[in-house]
Amino acid sequence: MSRIAARFAALVSEGRGALIPFVEAFDPDRETSMALLAGMASAGADLIEIGVPFTDPMADGPTIQAAGKRALAAGAKLGRILDMVREFRRADATTPIILMGYLNPILAYGPPRFCADAAGAGVDGLIIVDLPSEEADLIAADAARHGLDIIRLVAPTTDDARLPKVLAGSSGFIYYVSITGITGTRTASEAQLAAAVPRIRRVSPLPIAVGFGVRSPEQAATASRVADGAVVASALIETLAGDLDAEGRARPGTVGKVLAQVRALADAVRAG
Amino acid sequence: MNTPASSIGANSLRSGPDARGRFGAYGGRFVAETLMPLVLAVEEAYRDARADPAFQAELDAYLANYVGRPSPLWFAQRLTERLGGAKIYLKRDELNHTGAHKINSCMGQILLARRMGKTRIIAETGAGQHGVATATVCALFGLPCTVYMGATDVERQKPNVFRMKLLGAEVRAVRSGAATLKDAMNEAMRDWVANVADTYYLIGTVAGPHPYPMMVRDFQSVIGEEAKLQMMQAEGRLPDAAVAAIGGGSNAMGLFHPFLDDAAVRLIGVEAAGHGLETHAHAASLSRGRPGVLHGNMTYLLQDEDGQIEEAHSISAGLDYPGVGPEHAWLHDIGRVEYVAVTDDEALAAFQLLTRTEGIIPALEPAHALAQVAKLAPTLPRDSIILANLCGRGDKDIFTVAEHLGVSL
Repeated sequence: MSRIAARFAALVSEGRGALIPFVEAFDPDRETSMALLAGMASAGADLIEIGVPFTDPMADGPTIQAAGKRALAAGAKLGRILDMVREFRRADATTPIILMGYLNPILAYGPPRFCADAAGAGVDGLIIVDLPSEEADLIAADAARHGLDIIRLVAPTTDDARLPKVLAGSSGFIYYVSITGITGTRTASEAQLAAAVPRIRRVSPLPIAVGFGVRSPEQAATASRVADGAVVASALIETLAGDLDAEGRARPGTVGKVLAQVRALADAVRAG
Repeated sequence: MNTPASSIGANSLRSGPDARGRFGAYGGRFVAETLMPLVLAVEEAYRDARADPAFQAELDAYLANYVGRPSPLWFAQRLTERLGGAKIYLKRDELNHTGAHKINSCMGQILLARRMGKTRIIAETGAGQHGVATATVCALFGLPCTVYMGATDVERQKPNVFRMKLLGAEVRAVRSGAATLKDAMNEAMRDWVANVADTYYLIGTVAGPHPYPMMVRDFQSVIGEEAKLQMMQAEGRLPDAAVAAIGGGSNAMGLFHPFLDDAAVRLIGVEAAGHGLETHAHAASLSRGRPGVLHGNMTYLLQDEDGQIEEAHSISAGLDYPGVGPEHAWLHDIGRVEYVAVTDDEALAAFQLLTRTEGIIPALEPAHALAQVAKLAPTLPRDSIILANLCGRGDKDIFTVAEHLGVSL
């Protein structure tokens, strides 16, 4: 069983959903993002998403755009991000790691080699924002060969006729983009989530994580209760960005502040 | 005016794209799932419109009576004499309403948006020509319009910014990245994803997710269709070469497409070499880029070894883009179109040459095509013919040109 499947199965027996925090690799530098990655599981993360910076993040709002810019300036490269995962795996063999980003850096790396190296480093799944199901054959076979889940995005605009097509060949879990918009802007209501989630469940048995607009512990609790998991990204990056000094460097307490926020989110998710 | 798709055979170079929106390996629909249903809806609506004679008749009427088509074909006699070789003809798309070829596609797309029941229009713009053309058709039909424009371009294209505002458009300056066309396109896509219900994204070039490269090409092909007829009337034969500037590549695609199956006609696309291809300050994605995915399509891109997109540079804001339309990428690979590049300085020289010899002030974009014509014409016999696309007028560029000539206005 993959790490992702094992983790969701364990959560089912615990009777709760997953908290999936997001960390942008190399934001604002490797050391800080590595410390966040290393500390998230013990702060209560059930799965972790690592953001792979791209110069043109078309689905992202200002917060993640700025994070990506800081990360690229700090030398983020796909190979170096896989090194971070390798380092993480030496201490943590079970927490699933999902890379989230855009297609072009993977194309530049070469999909066959990338899938081999990512799986070898301990990555479990990929979320490629600008790779809709229509184009997924570009990487699907390589990913499958190396046991990497391609996590499909479903949006409010994905209608019932389209859903089966989008979810054909998906694995791991389903990422429900809960709003029409970019990251870190609007938030879906509980009623909207309660209407959307059963629509997806009718088509796929995979767990559903809710992302885009999940910010507070209460929202994370709601999303993980209505669905199977909550992804929190921009709210954590805002904490990090707000704590950087005038030169854009992390302060001694920065990592602790972000991890405390992860802990608060995790507590809310655990309380349901 | 467009050749019906049904009359184009499978062996034609004009039959693309395929059902996945691919020209060879290029094109496709690389957008987030939120946008995918919208992109498919545009495709379906366009397919219906394309097959509807009433849609084409309505478009033709607007092109004739509002845009001012057909645009003339002008024999540039003094330029021909000056260069001392091939006869040079100019397709005068700078005489269209709003002063550039961009209105051809805006007219078609605004009619499509209305047909789809959309009530708000967004667009990206580089030089501001597409923004002005979009703002113009929105004023014509009373639709609210938001134009995204890089802050750098807002600064260097002030007259067009003011024009858009006069026309009632909201111009949003984009400050991310190098604050040019690429960044404006990112921001327009972010707007679209947040306003899916009522908004139509009116893309200005032959790039973006399928069906945009095909659709914009079809609407721009009126340039080449007219030019073909006009060449036959003027000379009784087709030109030996057709030359056009390439940023995203819409004016070039519009000129070239009707000639693709005429193997005797050399087709030459001119990219912006900026400060020189040997520097990193250029916008020559075909000459110096490699394939990748940006803005919804697979195509040649200026990118580093890690797949991060590099900033383009050109004196011409309309060519200052690190990608190119996917059909150009395919035509490059199969060798049907020759792609060359000319520098900022060469374009400036050609700008002045045309102004002095023909009394026509070209935009800096077609000045790149003219610079290539100036290189090519003297190498060809006097009975040969070059057709160049004069896709925009230069009024918007006089401040940029003055600065480079050391003149303060």
